[in-house]
Amino acid sequence: MGISFSAKPVMEKETPVTTVTVAPKETAASSSSRMSVKDLNFYYGKIQSLFHVSVEIATNKVTALIGPSGCGKSTLLRTLNRMHETISHTRLNGKILLDGNDILTQDVTRLRRRVGMVFQRPNPFPKSIFDNVAYGLRVNGHAGSLKEHVERSLHRAALWEEVKDRLHKSAYSLSGGQQQRLCIARALAVDPEVILLDEPCSALDPVSTAKIEELLFQLKENCTIVIVTHNMQQAARVSDSTAFMLLGELIEFKPTPQLFTTPGDPRTEAYITGRFG
Amino acid sequence: MTLRTVWRKSLNLVMLSLTGVCALITVSALVVILGYLAKNGATALHWTFFTNLPAPVGETGGGIANAIAGSAKLLLLAALVGVPIGLLGAIYVAEYASPVPAFVVRYATDLLNGVPSIVMGIFAWTVVVVPMHSFSAYAGGFALGVMMIPIILRSSEEFLRTVPRSLREGAMALGTSKWRTIATVVVPAAASGIVTAILLSLSRVAGETAPLLFTAFGNRFWSHGWNEPVASLPVVIYTYAVSPYDDWHRQAWAAGLVLLGLVLVTNLVCRALLARRATQRR
Amino acid sequence: MEATTTTVGPAGTGWHPQALVRRLRNGDAIAHTVTLIFAASILLITVLLVSQLWIHSAPSRAKFGWNFLHTSTWDPVFDNYGALPFLYGTVVTTLVSLVIAVPLGLGAAIFLAELAPPKLSAGLSYVIDLLAAVPSVIYGLLAIFTLVPFMSKTVEPFLKKTLGDLPFFKGPTYGVGFLTAGLVLSVMIVPFIVSVSREVLLSVPADQREAALSLGATRWETTWKVVVPYARSGIMGSVFLSMARALGETMAVTMVIGNTPQISASLFSPGYTIAAVIANEFTEATGDMYLSALIELGLVLFLLTFILNGVAQLMIMLSERRGGGGQRG
Repeated sequence: MGISFSAKPVMEKETPVTTVTVAPKETAASSSSRMSVKDLNFYYGKIQSLFHVSVEIATNKVTALIGPSGCGKSTLLRTLNRMHETISHTRLNGKILLDGNDILTQDVTRLRRRVGMVFQRPNPFPKSIFDNVAYGLRVNGHAGSLKEHVERSLHRAALWEEVKDRLHKSAYSLSGGQQQRLCIARALAVDPEVILLDEPCSALDPVSTAKIEELLFQLKENCTIVIVTHNMQQAARVSDSTAFMLLGELIEFKPTPQLFTTPGDPRTEAYITGRFG
Repeated sequence: MTLRTVWRKSLNLVMLSLTGVCALITVSALVVILGYLAKNGATALHWTFFTNLPAPVGETGGGIANAIAGSAKLLLLAALVGVPIGLLGAIYVAEYASPVPAFVVRYATDLLNGVPSIVMGIFAWTVVVVPMHSFSAYAGGFALGVMMIPIILRSSEEFLRTVPRSLREGAMALGTSKWRTIATVVVPAAASGIVTAILLSLSRVAGETAPLLFTAFGNRFWSHGWNEPVASLPVVIYTYAVSPYDDWHRQAWAAGLVLLGLVLVTNLVCRALLARRATQRR
Repeated sequence: MEATTTTVGPAGTGWHPQALVRRLRNGDAIAHTVTLIFAASILLITVLLVSQLWIHSAPSRAKFGWNFLHTSTWDPVFDNYGALPFLYGTVVTTLVSLVIAVPLGLGAAIFLAELAPPKLSAGLSYVIDLLAAVPSVIYGLLAIFTLVPFMSKTVEPFLKKTLGDLPFFKGPTYGVGFLTAGLVLSVMIVPFIVSVSREVLLSVPADQREAALSLGATRWETTWKVVVPYARSGIMGSVFLSMARALGETMAVTMVIGNTPQISASLFSPGYTIAAVIANEFTEATGDMYLSALIELGLVLFLLTFILNGVAQLMIMLSERRGGGGQRG
């Protein structure tokens, strides 16, 4: 993994890009880490829940976080787009970098446009399907045609065919699996560089789960993906690298095939062979 | 079966029947009210009743047109006072306030809610009528508006709180700032509840008489503008009811039927809206 | 090597980041401030209300001091004012209304919560809640023309004949007076007692009832000896709330109480309440002292309801904390 980080915690200046939408992204630094976490400690009030966690999130790859309940994987995920700040009495120390820049010093609403999130339970707004996808665009002051952008996002989320004739119906008229794909489309609409998925299939049936897993393969061409899952088989299926966490510590982080076949740490082995968790 | 058991069983039967009787009596009160209003007021209900001004004493054919218009004026002013303060105050308490300020605001709101309506009238008199040296729609509207604030704030706060956290998180994860999340996601999600709260508070103050007695006062003619005394439906009902004239008594019944009709219809519509909202949520 | 971020977007469009960021960041501060101002205005109004009552009653308070509360004269000609008849009337009518409304309301609530099948219970509750929406002046209207004649021709003579030895039921039966006013008030507060008590009773855990029944208690015994005591504070809270409401009721009372400032043991006799005298005499008040005395009456009424409401909220809070009582907050 290439290590490259800029020492300047500078506010990014965005240059409008005229690239065609589905071109693979590469940073000028040709770093293969889109995001880096360095020595992160996290506290809920007085209770520490992450201990010295360091991990590199590779660009345009899927990184999975696995571990038993309470190991801190969701907590870690939520720091990546600073959603932990919506809960009071949380604090952290350490560094979290996006393209080499510390996200903690940046403007949070801009950060969240670049690092999107899909939640465990589908949470579409009580608006129409169209308005759900367009929401992020409207809020962020998007200029230009909303319709095209919405359609593109729905295509990327593999939902377009199913909803193209009822864009103005309520999002709640969709099934659970469709709603989750709608939430993915909504997150995609603002063209994030990273998407964080917090157990996105745990509330869904197997067919919807399969559809979403398939989606991830296509999405990672343009997006860096971090997925938290309690389903090891899912991690094995979809991810390029997997991190195993236990009790707030990152125990092991390896390319997925290696982690599952030759885990280095006995605790990892115990977990993946089902001895606990 | 011992005597004691017989006693207990009979007592059981008697007391339980009595509670049924209590329920029956209570429910029948509404029926009685509606029945008498309909019986006594229907005769005066002619379409001219709604379009005529009050007639001089002794003449028949008077109407309540100015009272209806006056009530509308007062409700408009009341809404202008009550809705912004109530709704924005609710947003403050539900979304922004830390525990202590939230408690203080809620306490003050509950205090206002418990103020007797006649005292509210005194208050409006001291702050509006006295400086302006006249009875006016402003004063009456102010009194009614202040009475609306607690109802709107407490209900809206409840509805805002029931908007699930997941919706707020969904918006914030898209890079939406907090105020924008509130304006574009939270408030719309609570909208139907908030609207019913506003409607119910309007219907509640529409029937209030006491606060108007020395603020809006009353007017047997049209009032021009907002700075004059203005007639209102409840005050007209009161004035006619305590008068010695039979014709006015009849009009009081009819006006009462109109007022109660409006109030009940608003209540029924709002309850239906709330019930539909409850079943719509997934 | 400077890391740059690339954005993918439709040709020719962008996000205008800098200005947007500034606007959004200030937006939250503005929103917080604006809503705070509106919320603070409620505090302002409350403070203003109390201060206005205090200030405008100052002349009367200065002149009469505490005597105001226990003197009976009400003499606008010589500017001599005492609140006792009005306090008496307010208290008596409220007590009468409670004596009627609490058993009636509690009985109905017990029926609805314990006995009636759910649909019937919900339906009847719906109707009873509508009663709470009926304006005061409508109650007064009905009372003047239907209740008063009924009282003077039927009920009061009957009471006089049967209970006429008691001081409460002596004297001429005009129809207007403490009893009639108390009766109207009771109809007005019954819906509150029913709806709050019903909720409170419904929230008593099922296992309490089951425990009693399994010991062989009858339904009534279970209800009266187990469920109602468990919900006691919530029910008391509803009673205090209703008391506060009854104290402040103006229109219905002034239409049927006879508007005579006098103190009499008999419930048949006409009387006056604080709210009624303010309503009737405020616009007629010719002197500053007269007005000040009326406003002092308003202050007294405010304090009474304030205390009662406070006690009620405390009781409801206590019952909620206990976990077995009220849900109304």
